[in-house]
Amino acid sequence: MKYKSQKVAYWFFALSMLLLSLQLIYGLIMGFAHAGMDGLHEFIPFNTAKAVHTNLLVVWLLSGFMGAAYYIIPEEAQHELVSVKLAYVQLISLALVGVAAIVGYHFNYWEGRKFLEIPRPLDYLVVVNVLLFMGLILMTLFKGKRKTTTALVLTMGLLFAALLYLPGMIHFDSQVLDSFFRWWVVHLWVEGVWELIMGGILSFLLIKLTGVDREVIEKWLYVIVGLTFLSGILGTGHHYYYIGVNKIWLIVGGIFSALEPLAFLAMALFAVNMYRKGEKKHPNKTALLWTIGSAIVSFVGAGLLGFAHTLPQTNLYTHGTIVTAMHGHLAFWGAYAMIVFAIISYALPNMTGRKFYDTSRGRMAFWISNIGMIGMTVAFGVAGVAQVYMERKMKMDFMTVQKDLEVHFWVLIIMATMFIVGITLYIIEFFKHGQPNDEALEINEFIENQ
Amino acid sequence: MLSKKQARAFFLGGTVVTFLIFIGLTVFSLGEAQDQSHSENITEAVVRGKKLWDSNNCMGCHTIMGEGGYYAPELTKVIDRLNIRYDGAGKEVIKSILKSPTPWEPHGRKMVAYNMSEEEASDIVAFFDWIDDIDLNGFETVISPLAKDKTNN
Repeated sequence: MKYKSQKVAYWFFALSMLLLSLQLIYGLIMGFAHAGMDGLHEFIPFNTAKAVHTNLLVVWLLSGFMGAAYYIIPEEAQHELVSVKLAYVQLISLALVGVAAIVGYHFNYWEGRKFLEIPRPLDYLVVVNVLLFMGLILMTLFKGKRKTTTALVLTMGLLFAALLYLPGMIHFDSQVLDSFFRWWVVHLWVEGVWELIMGGILSFLLIKLTGVDREVIEKWLYVIVGLTFLSGILGTGHHYYYIGVNKIWLIVGGIFSALEPLAFLAMALFAVNMYRKGEKKHPNKTALLWTIGSAIVSFVGAGLLGFAHTLPQTNLYTHGTIVTAMHGHLAFWGAYAMIVFAIISYALPNMTGRKFYDTSRGRMAFWISNIGMIGMTVAFGVAGVAQVYMERKMKMDFMTVQKDLEVHFWVLIIMATMFIVGITLYIIEFFKHGQPNDEALEINEFIENQ
Repeated sequence: MLSKKQARAFFLGGTVVTFLIFIGLTVFSLGEAQDQSHSENITEAVVRGKKLWDSNNCMGCHTIMGEGGYYAPELTKVIDRLNIRYDGAGKEVIKSILKSPTPWEPHGRKMVAYNMSEEEASDIVAFFDWIDDIDLNGFETVISPLAKDKTNN
């Protein structure tokens, strides 16, 4: 941390940790319901639990991305954030909108469009909130002494994410058109512009942690985000195979989504090579673990598991089954959750002055949560493949199949418990750092000068 | 060896070209001549049905055209499937579930009791009826347990 205003990032990260904890509780409710135990149905029916689970994911990741931007942009632009007070206003309004939406879901107040359940009046508040955030970031960048590729890619990702929220707000009477443009938001976020955000954060971390020349890292950053958009934009077509639009998407979506793993492969190779090439041995091993881990797990979760069911011939059978949940969980974990954990692990010691660089709790948090998530992915995968064969091939009744799948959800719950233990350790480590303070600046300067 | 300038050109050029193709394909596939959804059949009842579908977040449990919650049955072609099971009374069965004041519990898995009026239930059925006729590029033939095309064969 080189600028006092970077401290605001801490509170965005803290909000992320709080919302993540809630997300896990609702995930467990869903897991138990799938296993046949839906005792909370009266108060939290499955559709409420699902909307809360997925929306909390989006909000805590966005809060993490915003915290990352508030930490990275001042350091990259070499300028204090233009207004810390407004950043706090933005944080509080983000938390209020998020909480209002989550509470509303328990009272049947939603739009009922997968991933975009936030009701329309709250949508407008989201827009205002994001405009304020983007204003602060862009002004800081504009007033800064330098404009680095890392900062530009990160900002471009955040800006495009804000713009792409708008197509999701258009009303359609047709379910086909509604679905078509909903994917402009959801797909182009997670398989498009969010990868720019991930790439920007990854690039910043690799520059800081490996000491490899900025020019080299940023050159490859361009190649990676280039591959992301080259494959990801037309790859949107894999959501259009079977929703009532022209067959041309079977060809276009099939070809370009099959290329999508290339961007993740490039990201994994990039991170590992930069680590090997780096001569600087940064003592923050925990941040390094999450950084390299994110690049590798995202390749497996988003790249390989996405490829596993992206071809139209396969997707014809897997579309609308638990196979999607298998891919979704490891992809979001690897690509976005882990990169947020990485930037938090890097920034926290710098903001608080407490150098918990390589603790056994930090390492255990990494390994236990990752093994837990891989176990969950396997449970979802086995359940998904079994569902496809029984329901789609053998034409068995949906609910009969669901009863047969319950055992896999008990495995899922066991592995999810392990995952939650890992996350709990991470959150304990987070709060053990204490709160950010200005003395941390002096400590950082002292260490750098040694 | 690739320079940073070339890498940036690759990023910007690739993005612009693929985005333009994407917009072009969107315009093409949503054109009237390509309509596979029989949008002319979207009546006021269908629109009201969709509104009810959204406002109750039915997609949070069910799937429709393969999209949704994976917790409750796929509802594309649901009328046909229930027609087979209940001697042509598919629509009435759906309406009775939606109008029920107590939760429907197939195999012990509970559905929210929506306690809908006759008109609301009819609107949802109209929405399903419209969905049933959409050409889904073959997906309709694999939806369990018996798709319309399979039954007609």
